[in-house]
Amino acid sequence: MSVRTSSPAALRRAPADDVRAGDDVSSPAPRRAGDAAASTPRPVRRDWRKIVEIAVLVGPALVVFLGFVIFPVVMAGYYGFFRWKGYGPPTDFIGLQNYATIFQDPTFHEALWHNLVIVVMSLVLQGPLALLLALLLNRPMRGQSAIRVLIFVPYVIAEVVVGTGWSLMLQTDGALNGLLEKIGLGALAQDWLSNPDLAIWTLLGIITWKYVGFAVILFLAGLQGIPQELTEAAQIDGASYWQIQRRITLPLLGPTLRIWAFLSIIGSLQLFDLVYIIWGQYISSTAGTSTMATYMVANGRNAGNYGYGNAVAVVLFLISLVVALVYQRFVLRRDTAGALTERSER
Amino acid sequence: MTASTIAIPRARRPRNGALPWGSPAIYFGALVVVALMLAPILYIIVGGFRTNAQITADPSGMPSPWVGKNYADVLGSTTFWGEVANSTVAAVVTTIGVVALGLMASYVLARYQFPARGLLYAVFAAGLMFPMTVAITPLYIVVRNLGLMNSLTGIILPQIAFALPTTIIILVPFLRAIPDEIEEAAAIDGCSRLAFFWRMVVPLALPGVITVGILAFIASWNSYILPLFILNDEAAFTLPLGVQAFASQYSVDTAKVLAFTSLSMIPALIFFSIFERRIVGGLTGAVKG
Repeated sequence: MSVRTSSPAALRRAPADDVRAGDDVSSPAPRRAGDAAASTPRPVRRDWRKIVEIAVLVGPALVVFLGFVIFPVVMAGYYGFFRWKGYGPPTDFIGLQNYATIFQDPTFHEALWHNLVIVVMSLVLQGPLALLLALLLNRPMRGQSAIRVLIFVPYVIAEVVVGTGWSLMLQTDGALNGLLEKIGLGALAQDWLSNPDLAIWTLLGIITWKYVGFAVILFLAGLQGIPQELTEAAQIDGASYWQIQRRITLPLLGPTLRIWAFLSIIGSLQLFDLVYIIWGQYISSTAGTSTMATYMVANGRNAGNYGYGNAVAVVLFLISLVVALVYQRFVLRRDTAGALTERSER
Repeated sequence: MTASTIAIPRARRPRNGALPWGSPAIYFGALVVVALMLAPILYIIVGGFRTNAQITADPSGMPSPWVGKNYADVLGSTTFWGEVANSTVAAVVTTIGVVALGLMASYVLARYQFPARGLLYAVFAAGLMFPMTVAITPLYIVVRNLGLMNSLTGIILPQIAFALPTTIIILVPFLRAIPDEIEEAAAIDGCSRLAFFWRMVVPLALPGVITVGILAFIASWNSYILPLFILNDEAAFTLPLGVQAFASQYSVDTAKVLAFTSLSMIPALIFFSIFERRIVGGLTGAVKG
């Protein structure tokens, strides 16, 4: 629900509807006492008290949130119009020049292209793999919960640990090439990290390894929401296992798949940690693994051009926002209908 | 979404008791996958027990003999423990902050009726659209202007802020699921709404609070980009920065880097294995409902 509720589509609805939208239909929960309180007139003193309570309870969260999330994002829009080294107030107003530079910089084009490859290939690689694993783990068998936990472990480990470990393993004289040689496949040994034709595939492999567990867990939850009666009925009608998965499971898993894809796309657009840790700020562009975020850090903060860095942040944000809105509009919208079927069968 | 949706997805058990053994092919498939997922982690842990000579001679071999010196060296270094302390303080304070602020705000959003409620919820929910990566450059400037560079406060406050949207989205349904009858009964007994919050809401929302707390703890423990920008002074480094600094400083001493790396992931792994059901349950509950 969280994802759907937070969707810009949801945000565009009348504000009063939003909290209500957060309610699951499966919980015909009685409305709060507050509703009743609001409808019965109360002495003014009591209202004041309520306002103070609300202010005291929400105030701290709101201040921290506005101060460290919303304010910086707004300021990025402002700083992006300046040539600014980050010291003192920005004074050298240059209009849209930072943005012009960004869109003319071939290094940025490359980074953008890598991001697109990562977005698409993450979906293509992780989706089917996670689906297969989830189907496999959804069959009743012993040791199921242990396997589920173990698959999830890479997702919990810090990006730095993953990056350090993999970059040591993938060096030309590292463990992977050593292993290939040992089992007689020495011909397959590669320069996994710095060969520009290969590096992005190495990155995709590591990304798949780290994040596929998350997809599996989501899909498993979705699968367990599908009532057994449906598959049993299909079985009685003589449907094969794969027919059942194709015709019943997959369509009913639709909403879960679409939400996962949304999270994956946004995550891929923001990818920074793994690339920066494994390839560092300089090598990532020659190895062909730079992303918009590593470009932002390398050309903004590391180069001391904070105005420029903020402009890149704005571009990155707008690209993510447009993608998110388009996705909400054309893909997740179907879940208004999908959600109904999902609920009626629960 | 009721609290019941934030339940651990359980294996479907046949009605007559124990789980059956699946077919061997499925076990084989599952074993291969688990091996692939764990091999890199085992490589890091086991590699720490080898010497550099062993690693050079056979990069993919097992330790022979097993050497404890790398781990002993790391455990004996003050740098490592300083970074453990920094990471722990940052993670614990972040967790407490997220839970406290998140619970208070969620309580209002779930159980108070006032005109701006929907708007307020939308504002917090919109936070999901701003991952930290996007905001990091201006965030760095904000933190610097507050004079919080090289201090743990400088990473704790933003971490709390960025964890609030998820927290509120997970907690609001929990708090809303508390039956009104309890609140009414408490009110009849002379309990104010704030007292109700402390005496009833906090204990009843505990499952949700634990989920949220663990997510915040692990996110803080693993956090990289924020400390990278805010902490330049080695004394203030958290473990992820420490691992990276160590790896570049001792780039020839692969075995010790592996030992350092594997020690740094232990707390998150322990935390995860204790609360695994809650994390997995919380994530699925949050998305599914």
